[in-house]
Amino acid sequence: MDAERTYGETAAQAREALQSVDRVPGSRKPNPILTADNIRREFGGIVAVDVEHFEVQKGSITALIGPNGAGKTTFFNLLTGFDQPNSGQWNFNGKSMDGVASHRTAALGMVRTFQLTKSLTKLSVIENMRLGATDQKGEKWWNGLFAGLWKGQEAEITERADQLLTRFKMDHMRDEYAGSLSGGQRKLLEMARALMTNPTLVMLDEPMAGVNPALKQSLNQHIRGLRDDGMTVLFVEHDMDMVHDISDWVIVMAEGRIIAEGTPDDISSNTAVIDAYLGTRQGQSLLEGE
Amino acid sequence: MDWNLIFENSLKGFIGINAVYFAIAALGLNVQFGYTGLLNFGQAGFMACGAYGLGMTAHYFDISFWWGIPIGILFSVVLGLLMGIPTLRLRADYLAIVTIATAEIIRLVVRSVKFKTYFGGSDGINGFSGSFRKLGNDFGIQESDKYGFWPFKFTGREFWVLIVGWLLVAIFGFVVYKLMKSPWGRVLKAIREDEDAVKSLGKNVYSYKMQSLILGGVIGTVSGMIFALDRGSVQPDNYSRDLTFYILTALVLGGVAKVSGSIVGSMMFWGLFTFMDNFLRQVAKDPVSIGNFTIMKSTQVGQLNFILIGITLILLMVFRPQGVFGNRKEMAFDGR
Repeated sequence: MDAERTYGETAAQAREALQSVDRVPGSRKPNPILTADNIRREFGGIVAVDVEHFEVQKGSITALIGPNGAGKTTFFNLLTGFDQPNSGQWNFNGKSMDGVASHRTAALGMVRTFQLTKSLTKLSVIENMRLGATDQKGEKWWNGLFAGLWKGQEAEITERADQLLTRFKMDHMRDEYAGSLSGGQRKLLEMARALMTNPTLVMLDEPMAGVNPALKQSLNQHIRGLRDDGMTVLFVEHDMDMVHDISDWVIVMAEGRIIAEGTPDDISSNTAVIDAYLGTRQGQSLLEGE
Repeated sequence: MDWNLIFENSLKGFIGINAVYFAIAALGLNVQFGYTGLLNFGQAGFMACGAYGLGMTAHYFDISFWWGIPIGILFSVVLGLLMGIPTLRLRADYLAIVTIATAEIIRLVVRSVKFKTYFGGSDGINGFSGSFRKLGNDFGIQESDKYGFWPFKFTGREFWVLIVGWLLVAIFGFVVYKLMKSPWGRVLKAIREDEDAVKSLGKNVYSYKMQSLILGGVIGTVSGMIFALDRGSVQPDNYSRDLTFYILTALVLGGVAKVSGSIVGSMMFWGLFTFMDNFLRQVAKDPVSIGNFTIMKSTQVGQLNFILIGITLILLMVFRPQGVFGNRKEMAFDGR
């Protein structure tokens, strides 16, 4: 946890650029990969998400934090097309994502993982990985019967999958069923599988939940590795040490809204955030400020 | 008690035409249920599509019998779309409800008086399989001759259907096996495990589920065709709910998500069924009576047989839930 850390080129630029960004909710970033405006999602009478403006700087690691029920996961679902907002506009890489089906977002370079890990238990680890590759010829049923048409591509995919498994130190589990992995290993597998789609934006929903401290360290390194490879990472997390350790920028949500933004150091001294986590004076809404 | 006859019939049941059409239908159901996790309780409806496709060539369209094959397949593709469009976006149980209802609607429509001109009402359709029989003759199989060796002696009529039937089992077994080894099959198996994960990786889950439903349905249709050709007639009440559930029983008996499971499961189902039926009939022929109470009457054979089949299935589920060919290790990871 010290400053003697090296950064990849895009990461260094992103960090540099974020220094001059206003520390206010909904602040504008110099080079956003993902922007959202007036996103609102209601469940019955409850407003789960009501975000006025939201931007993620390209090449950065951005953390989305907030107390339970703040609407973080719902916001994630909205951004990735797993849920539709009642109103709002959002763009990824300058392309409007309104009405884009959830399976199309991956092809556009935006991939997500889930809070409750979704490893495909009855498939082997390597099959899980192969599934992640996009644009597979053999995934068309009329090609399925003719192995000659996809054998070559399959070999390339397998090679890439094996490299990723080695990088995530999962290569010894290659042929095991994913169901036999531990919770932490499943998190790793899910992240590695998401990388098979060759994403530009990786969205991780609580990557550290249920992961033991030793594995947390290596997960941290892996996430930093993604940024150094030029990917943008947006993640939801409750583990404040991790957030402080690896994120370049932190966005805080409470009661469906963004209440604060800034570098990890700014956030840890922000009174609105402390109120949101530790409770506030009775009868006062979090959003009214001080 | 004639053990010779019991065994001869059981062995014939093992590879007989019932096992054949069950095996094909179970292969189709396996694509949907075993590999993709779609609860299709309307396989009988898809089979009816094939049977009526063939039957209607002679009865209503008045065209060559061979057109019945593409017509039957077309019917089942339309049926798959009709069932799938409203339900495949929803949870699995909705598909189960819709398929069971659709299959019943089909049966009730084709047996109705109103549509007798098209489907022949409750009498069904007869006399359309001439061209198929003639093809057998052209291959040199005489209908009245006996073929095979003890215990597998069949008339030429049965023998021809069996040859075509087993050939189709082999073809569809191969096709399903190959497809499930391909990346396409991998997507289906992944959908069975978790749809959202597959969606997040950029696969159009809805489209894959539709493909699976239709492929399984078309295979079921071919099964219905073989069934109709064997009987030489189409009877609406053959395509009721119980047919679907017996096929499902055979599939589970053999082991889901295995090609061999669907085929051998069907053979075992009919082997066992024929054995029990013949055995109980022999018992009933010479009933043991205690006073007024007769242990077995011939009218009770059918009921008792199905009771025993049910008990077998229950015992199987308790002691070997993966079926005969299933993989115990795989079963252990059942997340749902």
